[in-house]
Amino acid sequence: MAEVITHETEHHHYEPGHEKTLGAKIARWVFTTNHKDIGTLYLWLSFLMFFVAGGMALLIRTELFMPGARFISPEFFNQMTTMHGLIMVFGVVMPALTGLANWQIPLMIGAPDMALPRLNNWSFWLLPFAFLLLISTFFIEGPAPNFGWTFYAPLSTQYGPPSTDFMIFAIHLMGLSSIMGAINIIATIINMRAPGMSYMKMPVFAWSWFITAFLLLGIMPVLAGCVTMMLTDRHFGTSFFNAAGGGDPLLFQHLFWFFGHPEVYVLILPAFGIISEILPTFSRKKIFGYRFMVYAIVVIAVLSYVVWAHHMFTTGIPLASELFFMYATMIIAVPTGVKVFNWTATMFKGSLSFETPMLFAIGFLFMFTFGGFSGLMLAIVPADVQYQDSYFVVAHFHYVLMSGSVYAIMAAIYYWLPKWCGYMYCEKLGKWHFWLTTLGMNITFFVMHFLGLAGMPRRIPDYPLQFEDFNRIATIGAFILGFSQLIFLYNVIKTIRGKNRVKASAEVWEGHHGLEWTVASPAPYHTFSTPPKID
Amino acid sequence: MRLISYWRWFVSVLLLAITPYALAHGESKFNLPKGVTPISHDIYDLHMTIFWICVGIGVIVFGVMIYTLIYHRKSRGVKPAQFHEHTLVEIVWAVIPLLILVAMAIPATLVLIRMNDTTEADINIKVTGYQWKWQYEYLDHGISYFSNLSTPRDELENRKPTKGQWYLLEVDKPLVVPIHKKIRFLVTANDVVHSWWVPSLGIKRDAIPGFIYEAWARIEKPGTYRGQCAELCGVNHGFMPIVVKAVTEEEYNKWIAEQTQQKTAAAQLSTKSLTKDELMTLGKKVHDTNCAVCHKVDGSGMPPAFPAITGSHIATGPIAKHIDIVLNGKLGTAMQAFGSQLSDADIAAVVTYQRNALGNSKGDMVNTQEIKAARVKEKN
Ligand code: HEC
Ligand SMILES: [Cu+2]
Repeated sequence: MAEVITHETEHHHYEPGHEKTLGAKIARWVFTTNHKDIGTLYLWLSFLMFFVAGGMALLIRTELFMPGARFISPEFFNQMTTMHGLIMVFGVVMPALTGLANWQIPLMIGAPDMALPRLNNWSFWLLPFAFLLLISTFFIEGPAPNFGWTFYAPLSTQYGPPSTDFMIFAIHLMGLSSIMGAINIIATIINMRAPGMSYMKMPVFAWSWFITAFLLLGIMPVLAGCVTMMLTDRHFGTSFFNAAGGGDPLLFQHLFWFFGHPEVYVLILPAFGIISEILPTFSRKKIFGYRFMVYAIVVIAVLSYVVWAHHMFTTGIPLASELFFMYATMIIAVPTGVKVFNWTATMFKGSLSFETPMLFAIGFLFMFTFGGFSGLMLAIVPADVQYQDSYFVVAHFHYVLMSGSVYAIMAAIYYWLPKWCGYMYCEKLGKWHFWLTTLGMNITFFVMHFLGLAGMPRRIPDYPLQFEDFNRIATIGAFILGFSQLIFLYNVIKTIRGKNRVKASAEVWEGHHGLEWTVASPAPYHTFSTPPKID
Repeated sequence: MRLISYWRWFVSVLLLAITPYALAHGESKFNLPKGVTPISHDIYDLHMTIFWICVGIGVIVFGVMIYTLIYHRKSRGVKPAQFHEHTLVEIVWAVIPLLILVAMAIPATLVLIRMNDTTEADINIKVTGYQWKWQYEYLDHGISYFSNLSTPRDELENRKPTKGQWYLLEVDKPLVVPIHKKIRFLVTANDVVHSWWVPSLGIKRDAIPGFIYEAWARIEKPGTYRGQCAELCGVNHGFMPIVVKAVTEEEYNKWIAEQTQQKTAAAQLSTKSLTKDELMTLGKKVHDTNCAVCHKVDGSGMPPAFPAITGSHIATGPIAKHIDIVLNGKLGTAMQAFGSQLSDADIAAVVTYQRNALGNSKGDMVNTQEIKAARVKEKN
């Protein structure tokens, strides 16, 4: 059936780059249904938001450079922590991963495009408006959302500023976008694999996104329901989260984390996929234990639905629940461990070389594992009573998100950029970027473990004197971390413009594997119009 | 080579910088406090066990990775091996961690069960989180008071070159408890979610409006133990510390007796008329401790969220409305009902003060009896 359709449209292939007027140039991007264009749009949006939310992080760290300082007011500080978190999760990591999925999944499974191209266009174009709406809250009367990215009720309901409603609507838009994106990925993977590419021959990256998409379908409606309940509590007289009206503030936390916990796997599973592509390439060796890598992702995804209350160990949930959620959380360490061991085994006895994507992948391997250890500690409920809501948690989730998801995304960009634009990036700048980022990252977040253990709560704009020295160190690290991203931006732009003059071959990497390296570099606007043969 | 020597230099400076701290402070700057309750010791032990388990696994895993990074490089001319599958190995490295986890889960479960056992308490204290202070109620003695941050404003606003040792960790009235007694805390909140966290007691309990959850402690050593609110609760989340003073049983009984006496004295004061000067002096005190977090010491507030008292149409309008908003608060805003927190005298004083100071000069005043009458009227 699919063949008939491609046949019809084959003759009208549109090629970009010949638009004469500005209007036509803009229209190309607004109306595009091409998976490569849409992938590019997602990635640029994410890049932009990365600097916006990163700037917020630097404001936060500047305020925390010394006790008592009032570089920004406590009110604005709370807005910064809230927006930094919301934008990094929904505006940076999720769009970047979706952008990578758009570019790569069709190329990796031998499909001409995503299964639902128009839906694809819409799921991207909802996002800029969602973020405009979210960021517009800084310019309307009253404070922007100031209750943390977890927006716990009743701080965000009865006590939330008027801008909360804007945030709710923005979240609805993002959710809609994610759901459509997820449907598209599922439809693409089920229907558009090249003949002969069975599920168990699919690249791990495609597998990881396939499963992530199901996670998204499961959780985004819950988030939408949760924020809608907030909205009706705020304006229509309901009391879902208001004890005075017969509701329960804890219901909010249950709903939020039922979304929130699988969400962190939405952020990390595709990163697992990326690492599973990159390590074999630069080890010149096949991925170790492909089947188990896939099973592990499935197991993690399933378990991720039943661990949400580990974010609520101090709320007073019953003993039996605490035990259940502790055991379930600890068990997640098993499939995650399997993944780490398999990656290590992939490198073991390989023939390693250390181009920038590999450096970031190795950085991921070390630091994500490190973050996994603190995660294991957090799973032990009695100990979590001390760690919860302290800087220990902040350290933990930055190790798994920043040096986990974000490192994987950076690795992916260096890895596939030559394929996308046909030029090699500058290896020297790439190495500088990696080492400065890693230095900044560890200076910033390593000391936060100490701060948390010594008793510093998170989200405070000022702190007792005993926390001064580590906060100073963290702030210095944050600036190194932040500013080294400019190297990244410069390198990417330079590469796209072809300023490095080094043309990329179709294979790009010596140890390449997979269909994406069988098409020319830069990848033509239309690829796999006739499906490739897989043996 | 150069890089390696820089690295060494960096590490040694770091170690040199860190060591004095590690030695100088009794309570470690790097680790959890061991604490002063059986539960906090248990937590500490669990924390160290899981920490060393992680270190052990880390040494092996990172060791293999580093070995690979050094010895299996293309630049050394290594040819890649061909293996890429081994089911037995997969099963082994799934099962071993599982066994370690089970071994870890057993002690954790036992401690957790102990933590949840709040029965047979000797003393019951209700802890209520407010924006942004804590209320302590001794349920067995009918004593109740608020505990506010007492760090001087000069320090908070950087008008003093140095800050006191307990900057942001000091309160006007600490929670006083006896040692060697099982104390049960009933934790709740009045407005938003807070969290009552005292690391040395091994307690962090979220304070959730409308619900009461419990925690307990049996303190082994007299001393002062400090903590902070751990759940984001609005602008002044960082400014609602917790101070627990643990004393011997004798001292505790003495303190209880004192408090009971003070309560009777305060009740008497509440029926007495005060002069305007007395009202103004008391009013300033009440305003600065109870109202200034939102309305500021000088009454300028933080509009639009927290209105100014200076020139406010309520503080310069009919006095009945002014009394009403202080007594009953305003539902759905941060303006709490102070009727349940302050005595008649306090409310009379703060209203009088706000109308005749902070840039206002209404000239009128209100006295204790009128507040009492307002309360009675409301009941009917
Ligand atoms: C937690 C923050 C907070 C504290 C503490 C607080 N207020 Fe308020 N107050 C508010 C808010 C918010 C409003 C505005 C309510 C509204 O929306 O009308 C307000 C309004 C008022 C007003 C009316 C001002 C106007 O022009 O609308 C008065 C008078 C007042 N408060 C007195 C007091 C007194 C007296 C105290 C101390 C005993 C106090 N407040 C403590 C938050 C606070
Ligand atoms: Cu609080």
